[in-house]
This record gives sequence, structure tokens and C-alpha cells, in this order.
Amino acid sequence: MTKDFSCEEESKPNENIDRSTSRRSFLKWSSAAALTAFAFGALNPETLSAKTAFLGLPIDDDKSSAVDLGKGDFGVLNYAFALEQLESAFYTQVLTTPYAGMNSDERAILMDIRDNEIAHREFFRAALGKKAIPNLQVNFTSINFNSRDSVLRTASTFEDTGTSAYNGAGQLLKNPAFLLIAGKIVSVEARHAAILRDLLRPMSDYFAGDDITDPATGLDPARLPAQVLPLVAPYIVTKITANRLPQPKA
Amino acid sequence: MDNNKPLLESVEPDYINEMTARREPVEKAKAIAGALGTTIISFGALAGAAYGQANKLPGKIADVLNFALTLEFLEDEFYRTALGSGNLIPRETRDVFGQISKHETAHVNLLRSVLGSKAVAKPNFDFTAGGAFGDVFSNYQTFLAVSQALEDTGVRAYKGQAGNLRSNDKILTTALQIHSVEARHAAMVRRIRGEKPWIPGDSRGTLPAATQAVYNGEGNTTQGGVNVATLPGVPSALVASQTFDEPLTKAEVLAIAGLFIRK
Repeated sequence: MTKDFSCEEESKPNENIDRSTSRRSFLKWSSAAALTAFAFGALNPETLSAKTAFLGLPIDDDKSSAVDLGKGDFGVLNYAFALEQLESAFYTQVLTTPYAGMNSDERAILMDIRDNEIAHREFFRAALGKKAIPNLQVNFTSINFNSRDSVLRTASTFEDTGTSAYNGAGQLLKNPAFLLIAGKIVSVEARHAAILRDLLRPMSDYFAGDDITDPATGLDPARLPAQVLPLVAPYIVTKITANRLPQPKA
Repeated sequence: MDNNKPLLESVEPDYINEMTARREPVEKAKAIAGALGTTIISFGALAGAAYGQANKLPGKIADVLNFALTLEFLEDEFYRTALGSGNLIPRETRDVFGQISKHETAHVNLLRSVLGSKAVAKPNFDFTAGGAFGDVFSNYQTFLAVSQALEDTGVRAYKGQAGNLRSNDKILTTALQIHSVEARHAAMVRRIRGEKPWIPGDSRGTLPAATQAVYNGEGNTTQGGVNVATLPGVPSALVASQTFDEPLTKAEVLAIAGLFIRK
């Protein structure tokens, strides 16, 4: 079924990556600002020596419970799979405990988005097969699911973040078939983002507002995994390691 | 919306952090890159030089970018003409189309700066498509129909070319960054027209039959050998299709866009 997914798993020896795996710093995606720096550091061995804390944070060496995204194209696909797991879990919760006053238009949109994210998640699970990471444990305690504002702001932020993640990940993929599939998904994520933003500020410029789409260039953001992972860290309990993901060419 | 109110005023701190990361993306990226020695994708680089010397662009990449530029010329002139056509666009959606128009102009400028002397000239357009949309700039519904068709086509066009840009990561990423903006536009115009923001099956919805080529092939449900319609939690083939947007080839796009280009 997944025979079209011939993916070069050969590891281009990358000195930085090799050195960093000996250190195996683990990201625990659990909190806030310091972790942003921590995550950057974890993917950049030059900034950390073995067992050294960055900004005073100890490196977690508990490898037993961590989920490693892997390397090469499959690592990138697992990264996408992780984001789709987060999104689909979020919308499932949104529709299990709908916020007060959710109207039929909003419900229809949120149900469609939920279904789309579940389809993305299950696609990656099927496509990755044995290489798929397990189900991640999420933590949405910071979200007030009874608040329309809290739900829609979180949703639009997830979609904007997901869009930027796919935009930044395209260059990391070697197999053109994977790049095309990522392209097929990212435009749907962008459609989600636009419509959720429209629910927040109807019929305004906010669907592609200057806060997200650079008004000078007309470009949406593109983010690398090391920039995206800290943004979703507060919502994922499972420890994830991402230090074997491909790096962009300099 | 209340344009006078600062966007971030009523927003929770976490979102402010999140959004300010984009507000001054270049400065922020530079600061982080400087502090941590990490490679950052440059979001705002405008100068063609940032993509390499235009005259050294490989022919294949220049061809793709000129194809994109032609589509952006088309969209840019379309929205500028519409916004300048009296009361064609009602007050309630002027902010939407003003924003779309601004982006299309920016895309034209960006692509021209990358292509430099290799940039093609702007074609002469006929937005009535030889009379098929004769009232495109006097009938709001006709304008909306053409707008939706152009935006959904634009999304498919960029998607179809991504693979041809793989030899240059920066240009590939830039094309993807345009692609997702076109998808935002498409979703918003579809919403204004009362359509779903995504594309269920290969349906053109309430668009005229002349636009069907824009949607042919969108009903595909098989991705990389996986039939998404059969996966757990996927309720229907329509959902399986709408959750993946499909590409168009250059020839397919030119057959659509060509309707609007004077020979």
C-alpha cells in the first residue's frame, strides 16, 4: 500500500548531527519561553556541550519514554504527523465540549476541519507504517473550551503555525512525491487558518492579516522544526526528540 | 472590522508572543540567529540578490517563476481594476479584496525582483474571457465567480510547480510561502460566495460550467498509494478529497489562464 513511498533513508553523514546524537539532549515539550532557546540549542550542538544546561535548564536524559521523530524524509513526515495529531485532538475536544453559543456555521466549519485533520493524521499513520511515531499525549488545560474566543484563537494559531511548518519543511524533503503531498496538505491548512481568522474578525483583512502575511512581500511565514516545536510544546506531554531531523542547507 | 484598534490589544500574552514573532520577522529572526547561531529562514528578503544573481537563475527555474509571474500579473490587474470600478465591490468586502490586491501586487514585485532582466512582460488581459464574463467589472457576482476561479487555479498552479523548484531551497520555500497565501485568498472568496472554504470532490459548486477545468481532478482520494477515503475516522470520499488540494500542470493552468490573455 505504501510502495510509492520509497524514501532514501541513507544518512548523509552530518558531523553536527553525529556529535549531537552522542549527547542526545532531549526536548521535553512542556513549557514556555526558555524552552524556545532550549530547543534551538538542542539542535545546534555548537551551543551546548555534553550534559551542560542551557539557561540553567538541565538536560533530560530519560530516553526510555521519549519519542524520536527519526531522520531523513521519514523524520519530517513524523514531524508533520505529530502536528496533525495535535490538531486533530484539539478539534475533537472542541466538538466534544462545544463552546457556549457555537452557531451552525461555526459548527459546520469546525467539524469539517476536525475531519480534515483526522484524515491528515490517519494518512501519515498509514503512509509511515512501521516508522510512524506512537500516539502523543496532549495537554489542553490552558485552553478554555467553553470560550469561543479561546477556542478560535487557539485554532487559528495552530493553523497558522501548521501552515508555516509545512512551508518551512518542504525544503527538507528529498523525495518529490513527499513534497507534493506536503503541498496538497499545506494549502488546506492555510484555508483552515483563513476561515478561522474570519470567524474572529469577519469580512476584514484578518484572514491573511498583516500580522501573519508579510504585507511587503505577500509571503506567509515559513518555519523550521526548531522554530515550530517550541510553539506547540505547551500542548504536548510526550517527550519528543527531533535532533535527527534534516537541517536546511546553509 | 475595527481597523483602528490595535490588533494585539485584547490578546492574551501567549498570543502576543506568538504574533510578534511574525510582526517583525526579519529583525526577530536576525536576533535569534545572532544569539544562537541557528539558520533561520529569511521571511522578508525582497532583493533579487538574496536569491542569487537573476542572470544566473537556471532556465528551468526562470521558466517556473515567469509562469508564476504571468498568473500574478493576471490577478494583480484583475483586483486593481475591480477595486477601481466604482461601487462594484461593496463596502462590506472591500477590506478583503483590498488585502488580496495588496498581496498580488507584492507577489508581482517579488517575482520581478527575483527574475530581474529575465522577467516576462505583462500580457494584455481580457477579463471578460472573450465575453463569457462580459459583466465581470459591473456585476459583483460575476466578479466573485472569476475571483474564486483565479484563486483556486493559483493554488493548484503553485502546487504543481513546487517539484520543479527543488534545486533551489530558497526559491522553493518562497513559492510555498506564496502558495499558502493564495490558499487563504481562495478560502476567503469561497466563503464570501457561500461555498465551503475547501473543495469537496471536483465540484465547481455554483460557478458557471466554463470554470469546470479549475476543479477537474480535485476529487482524487488516493495519496501516495493510500486511499484516504478508507482510513479510520474519514467519514466520506468527499472529506477525503477536500482534505488534500490537487495540483494542475502548467499546460492545464495555461489553458485556464489563457482564456483571459489577449492573443
